[in-house]
Amino acid sequence: MNNQDQPLVFEMSTEGRIGYSLPEMDVEAISLEELLPTDYIRIEEAELPEVSELDIMRHYTALSNRNHGVDSGFYPLGSCTMKYNPKINENVARIAGFAHIHPLQDASTVQGALELMYDLQEHLVEITGMDQVTLQPAAGAHGEWTGLMMIRAYHEANGDTKRTKVIVPDSAHGTNPASATVAGFETITVKSDEFGLVDLEDLKRVVGDDTAALMLTNPNTLGLFEENILEMAKVVHDAGGKLYYDGANLNAVLSKARPGDMGFDVVHLNLHKTFTGPHGGGGPGSGPVGVKQDLIPYLPKPVLVKKDGQYMFENDVPQSIGRVKPFYGNFGINVRAYTYIRSMGPDGLKAVTENAVLNANYMMRRLAEYYDLPYDKHCKHEFVLSGRRQKKLGVRTLDIAKRLLDFGYHPPTIYFPLNVEECIMIEPTETESKETLDSFIEAMIQIAKEAEENPEIVQEAPHTTVIKRLDETLAARKPILRYQS
Amino acid sequence: MTKHRYLPMTDKDQNEMLDAIGVSSIDELFSDIPQSVRFQGEYKIKPAKSEPALLKELTKLAGKNADAKRYASFLGAGVYDHYQPIIVDHVISRSEFYTAYTPYQPEISQGELQAIFEFQTMICELTGMDVANSSMYDGGTALAEAAMLSSGHTRRKKILISNTVHPESRDVVASYAKGQRVEVVEIPHRDGVTDLDALKELISDDIAGVIIQYPNFFGRIEPLKEIEKIVHEQKSMFIVSSNPLALGALTPPGKLGADIVTGDAQPFGIPAAFGGPHCGYFAVTNKLMRKVPGRLVGQTVDEDGKRGFVLTLQAREQHIRRDKATSNICSNQALNALAASVAMTALGKKGVKEMAIQNIQKAHYAKTALQAKGMEVVFEGPSFNEFVIKLPRSYREINDQLFAQDMIGGYHLGLTYPELQDHMLVAVTELRTKEEIDAFVQELGDSHE
Repeated sequence: MNNQDQPLVFEMSTEGRIGYSLPEMDVEAISLEELLPTDYIRIEEAELPEVSELDIMRHYTALSNRNHGVDSGFYPLGSCTMKYNPKINENVARIAGFAHIHPLQDASTVQGALELMYDLQEHLVEITGMDQVTLQPAAGAHGEWTGLMMIRAYHEANGDTKRTKVIVPDSAHGTNPASATVAGFETITVKSDEFGLVDLEDLKRVVGDDTAALMLTNPNTLGLFEENILEMAKVVHDAGGKLYYDGANLNAVLSKARPGDMGFDVVHLNLHKTFTGPHGGGGPGSGPVGVKQDLIPYLPKPVLVKKDGQYMFENDVPQSIGRVKPFYGNFGINVRAYTYIRSMGPDGLKAVTENAVLNANYMMRRLAEYYDLPYDKHCKHEFVLSGRRQKKLGVRTLDIAKRLLDFGYHPPTIYFPLNVEECIMIEPTETESKETLDSFIEAMIQIAKEAEENPEIVQEAPHTTVIKRLDETLAARKPILRYQS
Repeated sequence: MTKHRYLPMTDKDQNEMLDAIGVSSIDELFSDIPQSVRFQGEYKIKPAKSEPALLKELTKLAGKNADAKRYASFLGAGVYDHYQPIIVDHVISRSEFYTAYTPYQPEISQGELQAIFEFQTMICELTGMDVANSSMYDGGTALAEAAMLSSGHTRRKKILISNTVHPESRDVVASYAKGQRVEVVEIPHRDGVTDLDALKELISDDIAGVIIQYPNFFGRIEPLKEIEKIVHEQKSMFIVSSNPLALGALTPPGKLGADIVTGDAQPFGIPAAFGGPHCGYFAVTNKLMRKVPGRLVGQTVDEDGKRGFVLTLQAREQHIRRDKATSNICSNQALNALAASVAMTALGKKGVKEMAIQNIQKAHYAKTALQAKGMEVVFEGPSFNEFVIKLPRSYREINDQLFAQDMIGGYHLGLTYPELQDHMLVAVTELRTKEEIDAFVQELGDSHE
């Protein structure tokens, strides 16, 4: 990485330079004063930078050199599925017939796009074991909210208005309770048992006639498969509630277990995770939602249908929860996911999960000697370690994460899930070679030894990055959220 | 095991790894999945295709779509065919950006963090606001979040929204409002702009926020100055949804008293892509800084006092607040915010203004030429790059006729405004040449005669 400070693009600005090439002005240029009321003509120009094209390219190249992506190196960020982002996906999404079509064009002029969406939906129906899929939600959390709104509409349509509570495990992603709140529900937490799974007795205790749904990730955020899933489904269904599947961890079970066969009524997927989105520095994602038969009437509209060989959008969906996003979802991400699924095929997707799980178990077993392993059983696509042994030596999990930066790795997810002390959550994914896994394991072992023999080197890490640990308290206490000259 | 270019494990690797784990087969690792829920066999989906075969198939599929590279598009309605500086795609194709995730580890994410900090600054500059976040999904959901923020902040449960706001955004606001049990009431328009008398009738001290689009869905410039007074008199919040490109030429909402400004940065370097991914933005006054949904990047210093950037004020967000959070947004549109930043940088201070003005002038040229051909322009008045015409024949007929001449016609307003059957919302951006506009005018003029 480049160690030079990179000025802000505003600091590079020089009056009189330009970086654009607008089309020739070939119609009469009438002055704005003649076209707009004076009050609405901008007087002060927006202070955007004035830089040449090469300056811009160098600026962003310098910034990219100060950024770590999957293509830069190993990125075992748990629960985020940082797998390789295939390049063909990028090429396909940029074909003019996909990139430069307008969502409000007549359906007859975009049959190729609709066919792709329809076929992707069909593929996701088969992969999840659900009955129908919508591609409208923009990301995972958006899908959660969409799914919960459908569950709410379902209960309300049945006159079942006292179902105001959504149950989530204590190990759930933060988006789960937040989505429940935004969908108008109250969140109830169900405890995990000593094995890291949902405590069935506690579930029975919290379930009742006010239960709208149970939200679950399976395998859960500890990387463990909820073995009692059918029993849990029965408890919730018997009480009249619905079962919601958070698809963040679907990479663990492709071709091994389908949410639809486990009793789930609603599923969201994160196409930017399991289906190689890519992650884009934080987005855009895509969060399709799949449902079982009895929830189909509530799907967001419009619904994509095929009639007489023609694809079209159906707006006449009287029980729909309505529109959750302008247009039809993050189509460009859906194109990439479709390309990925078609690149893998059924046998390929099966191999994805098998390798992802093999890699995670291999790393877990090799590291178990050096770090505490809170749940000693086969994991699925990810696993958690605890840094409590190192903490006693004065080395916190945060320090371990920062020390990994010196080895050129993106650290695992840390301090999540919340029910494991000094948590380190590792998800290697299937696209990493054994050599990469071994090198990372060696680095982790070395850090464990350093914690014992030379803790300062870990506590003061990172030593090699362009910048040292940043003062986050200062950032929050005296927020500077924009450049000011 | 299946060989695939994305899967590096050899049989030898796998055997060594199984030995290290202490199991004899991969299947054993799945023994915790009860047989009763085990999926047997393989998915019934299409078989894998090789890279060349798949590229060929999908290129052919894309060829079934009429794209704006082959057709001259007069369709806007919230998504526009604009000049996209070529440099944008080169920057966002740098995989250090697009294969990274949320910059949780600032020491190795300074590139992304700084780029977003610059994006936040540019959005503030264009909108005239104090604080902008790192992006939202799109303009519609950003607007819905703004409505929810106003309800939470004022503790009032009713929103007014002008029906000159994009119909799909209004739909999304309605869906979000349902979730939060907030009532939404529409303000009618008069001659294509928000009816101020109706607004005065509807406003009261139980209104959380009033939503206006500027320029509005019909392309018209709304009288924000007058509206602001009416809204703030009742201590309601003034929420403006704005096309950020238009703000290159128009007085920014921040200068006209807006509390929240949202919109979509799609006009800046982001392809239409059949409606997404685009890039919502969210900007507020300083007073609302701690109420903003989504991620914020802030400037700070490292241990040596060196300037650096971090995600900040995270106590607002779902991963900290969980069920107390007021928004559930996690993933946003970071890569598209980067694209918009590069486009805004390339256009710069002069280019953004020039491009905005070109839109106004070209749309004006088209409007005048159509009127000269005897076409009726409805809602006549100051506008940005769109205007409404009453078609002499059915929309369908005329749209097909345009399509036959390699043109994509404007939006059929009859779809969302029943009283505007066979009215077309025409968009003319800087990319439409005089030749294309003249051909469009000719075609419509002929339909008239």
